[in-house]
Amino acid sequence: MNSEPAIPIFPRLGAALVARLPLAPAQLAAERLVSQIAARHPDLFARLGDHARKTIAIDPTDTPLVFLLTPDPDLPRVRVARAVAGERWDARIAGPLAALLGLVHGAFDGDALFFSRDLVIEGDTGAVLALRNAIDNAELDMGHEIASLFGPVERPLAGAMRIALPLVERATGVALMRRAGEPT
Amino acid sequence: MSAPLELVCPAGTPAALRSAVKAGAHTVYCGFADETNARNFPGLNFSRAEMEEAIAFAHGRGAKVFVAVNTFPRAGAERLWRAAVSDAQALGADAVILADLGLLDHTARAHPDLRIHLSVQAAAANADAIEVYAREFGVKRVVLPRVLTVQEIAAINRDTKVETEVFVFGGLCVMAEGRCSLSSYATGQSPNMNGVCSPASHVEYRQEGDALVARLGGFLIHRSPADAPAPYPTLCKGRFSAGGVEGHLFEDPVSLDAANLIPLLADAGVRALKIEGRQRSRAYTEAVVRSFRRAVDAHARGLPIEAAGLAALSEGQETTAGAYRKTWR
Repeated sequence: MNSEPAIPIFPRLGAALVARLPLAPAQLAAERLVSQIAARHPDLFARLGDHARKTIAIDPTDTPLVFLLTPDPDLPRVRVARAVAGERWDARIAGPLAALLGLVHGAFDGDALFFSRDLVIEGDTGAVLALRNAIDNAELDMGHEIASLFGPVERPLAGAMRIALPLVERATGVALMRRAGEPT
Repeated sequence: MSAPLELVCPAGTPAALRSAVKAGAHTVYCGFADETNARNFPGLNFSRAEMEEAIAFAHGRGAKVFVAVNTFPRAGAERLWRAAVSDAQALGADAVILADLGLLDHTARAHPDLRIHLSVQAAAANADAIEVYAREFGVKRVVLPRVLTVQEIAAINRDTKVETEVFVFGGLCVMAEGRCSLSSYATGQSPNMNGVCSPASHVEYRQEGDALVARLGGFLIHRSPADAPAPYPTLCKGRFSAGGVEGHLFEDPVSLDAANLIPLLADAGVRALKIEGRQRSRAYTEAVVRSFRRAVDAHARGLPIEAAGLAALSEGQETTAGAYRKTWR
């Protein structure tokens, strides 16, 4: 881990393009991804305790999308919106998409991002802490999770990602894969 | 080459424990997911099954696990704390870290084969006090409060055979350890009794323009301008107005980093070095443990200790040698 990470920002052109797309495909993909993670990582949702029924706005501030996640183990839900304004949420966690991905993949420390103001939290702080700690413990790899959505082509897709993602990581500085830690 | 100082590392989750062990921790300390330990935060800590698995993982790689049962039992609820000690032993813990006199006495009587360490929460800050804990309860090691100079630590080690363990990295508290009730004034819950300093359920952050405003139990405790680092939402790190002056009246939001003092601490007779941060991520654990493992190995070989560059992981993004170099005296 870089001790003083510079957080890459999502390209403005890309954000402008995403803003022109309809929400329905993103909504469908987000729903399938959340259901998949709930099925594959039940411990993540169990670790949330009473906070699992709260709605947390995950707000990548350099993109035109917001994900309103209710990680209820019985009925996990996610809604994709254009912005947090006008939406109902209990807590909000906001920062560049690369910071949020870095948290999921164990590349960044949440408190350090908070100290440096790269990450903003609002509302129910307990719910944010619970989600952050549960995700950190789950050691998710979003590439694996996305590949597993594709059923019969999961293995070749995961293999292609193993080759491509390190190259994209090096080019963009975004943590796209789980940090596993090296033995001493 | 001498034996390296024992590096005692934090783990708030099973994933953090695995990261700590892989990064070179000699020992990991952790707690159960309830109020029996001083990091009782949402989403943190270990179920009994997770603890059993984590201890097996650590032992399989030559690392030890200490279980912190270091809060003070509520009257009428002692059974919860006693169960934590009993389960820690049954699950294979190498030691329990205790603070409460009653729980120390119970553990010494009911679990005579279980190694007991005295928590920093007990605030044993001189050799006479430490000797009492050793004589009465068989305490083998004491975690010293972060209020002592290196010279005072050396004086303690001259007068006791009990092993000493000192913090070398992480968050600092302004009070003598184990005696702080600031949090309970604002929230009704304290680190000593409930395992939470500034419980998350009582913390509210709000963006007001470019400033980040933090309230604890409804009390405004600090307002961080856009370009300033944000501190933890604790009263001791709050900014207050008093006597016509506005500032951090109790304590600046900085973190301890005593890596450069490792040779002095070793010369003072310290046996183990502790890293704070069970509430932090596996990224923090991996980076800090790896850095300090390099430092203790370098010291054991008689080599100089390189600057670690861990300020970005620190509260206030600044570090201090804390009371070890008490220049204000």
